[in-house]
Amino acid sequence: MALIVSVLEQGLCYAIMALGMYITYKILDFPDMTVDGGFPFGICLAVVMIRAGVQPILTLPICFTAGCLIGVCTGIIHVVFKVRDLLAGIIMMTGLYSVNLRIAGRANLPMYDYYTIFDNRLMNGIFGSIPVLAKFQSVIILVVITAVVKLILDWYLKTRSGLMLQAVGDNDVLVTSMGVDRGKVRITGLAIANGLVALSGAIYAQQQRYFDVSMGTGTAVIGLASVIIGTALLKKLSFFKVTTSVVIGAIVYKACVAIAIKCGLQSTDLKLITAVLFLVILIITRDRKRKVEA
Amino acid sequence: MLELKSIYKNYNPGSVNEMCLFDDFNLTVPDGQFVAVVGSNGSGKTSMLNIICGSIQADRGEVLVNGVNISNERDYQRHRTIGRVYQDPSKGTCPSMNILENMSIADNKGKRYGLQSGVNHKRKDYYRELLKGLGLGLEDKLYTKVGSLSGGQRQAVALLMSTMTPLEFLILDEHTAALDPKTADIIMELTEKIVREKKVTTIMVTHNLRYATEYGDRLLMMHEGSVILDKAGEEKKNMNPEQIMHLFNEISVECGN
Repeated sequence: MALIVSVLEQGLCYAIMALGMYITYKILDFPDMTVDGGFPFGICLAVVMIRAGVQPILTLPICFTAGCLIGVCTGIIHVVFKVRDLLAGIIMMTGLYSVNLRIAGRANLPMYDYYTIFDNRLMNGIFGSIPVLAKFQSVIILVVITAVVKLILDWYLKTRSGLMLQAVGDNDVLVTSMGVDRGKVRITGLAIANGLVALSGAIYAQQQRYFDVSMGTGTAVIGLASVIIGTALLKKLSFFKVTTSVVIGAIVYKACVAIAIKCGLQSTDLKLITAVLFLVILIITRDRKRKVEA
Repeated sequence: MLELKSIYKNYNPGSVNEMCLFDDFNLTVPDGQFVAVVGSNGSGKTSMLNIICGSIQADRGEVLVNGVNISNERDYQRHRTIGRVYQDPSKGTCPSMNILENMSIADNKGKRYGLQSGVNHKRKDYYRELLKGLGLGLEDKLYTKVGSLSGGQRQAVALLMSTMTPLEFLILDEHTAALDPKTADIIMELTEKIVREKKVTTIMVTHNLRYATEYGDRLLMMHEGSVILDKAGEEKKNMNPEQIMHLFNEISVECGN
């Protein structure tokens, strides 16, 4: 039971990041490595703000906005300076490592004694009065936040701006034909994606209650794996919206990692598990694609 | 009115492969004219369209629309009043979206792509009406992904999409070349209908000599970056594909082929 709760907590924390990567990887066809710096950026920003006395709930919109700015930077490097997508992300990721250290002031920053969105008077009051739910306090709060973010994203993708975003990944010639600057659409997409990533970091920070500078390593891989699992699942379960299946993908991925660790691997092997699992997923899904085409 | 004035264009300047395509190229297209352009590969037809649309920049010279120089406008800015259909049917539509979403995107051209609802359901009947005019049965397939349509159906949708909003020019870049003869005929008929209805200034590049003589008010033949034949009105009506073919052969002989 504790394992399931932990998997759900971790999975849902990463789910919003995966939604961001869905925008870049699946819609824009842009493997965005910025995430490895953007996710810990959200974490350290949230930790520093909460330690400074900012309302935990306020850190979410602030981190989202700050993340958007990071996405704009990646976008400008890619669109204006014509740096290749992967390299643009790596440049940002590398730079952000130092930025994060600057913001945090040191490599490790705890905040165990502060209220968070999961642990505060209001939430403790609500869940304290219903003992059955107390164990699931974090999970329930996470479900609500993830659902809200997912619904907003669903709504956005149906707006004119959202349709343009999907069009630019699909066929950017058409976007130009519609009299729209495809570079701007790409930058907008990267901004929203990285906003979601930093928001996800801010939530993760409050669940983990500390910042460590190495927390970002492998985030992009986790996100991509979640997106790929999610979209592969979608082929089987087509009644789900793609955003829903990406959220499920993130949870499934975390469950796989948890199972691997349960099977005797050490938590120090985490990144290796992350990498190998991603490779396995890539191989399996590509295999499936080939069968369909044949 | 569209004017190309003293256009110069070199490809691969400064290298051994340097090739001068346009050397003082001039063209004037009055409002409402339907121009058919023929010419061998490499004669500069598509380059001309690209220079008009801003997809490539001329080295020198001006592109004037109603007397205003648009040479410094970016491609997407020029496309606000230009509709363009490409040879490749997949370039004019979004394959992963359904017909309704594609038509909605085209319908919103020129407006702000903001946070309003992308699909205006009140316009659905209007879209159905337009699709019905194609005669391809697409009016019942609003929710079908465009990627699963045939090339001809896609090209028909693309043609519709590029002419949905008011436009100054329609640019057709061999838009029937990738289609089978029958579908090509349907698309060509449709083109004629739309051009006449909208009275839009049109430049159509084609390799089909029959289309070039049958359709349009003016016929241009291009060769090595210049116009070698320019017939309009009665003169054009008297042209037939054989005459053009003959001219084609003459040029090839001159080139030593």
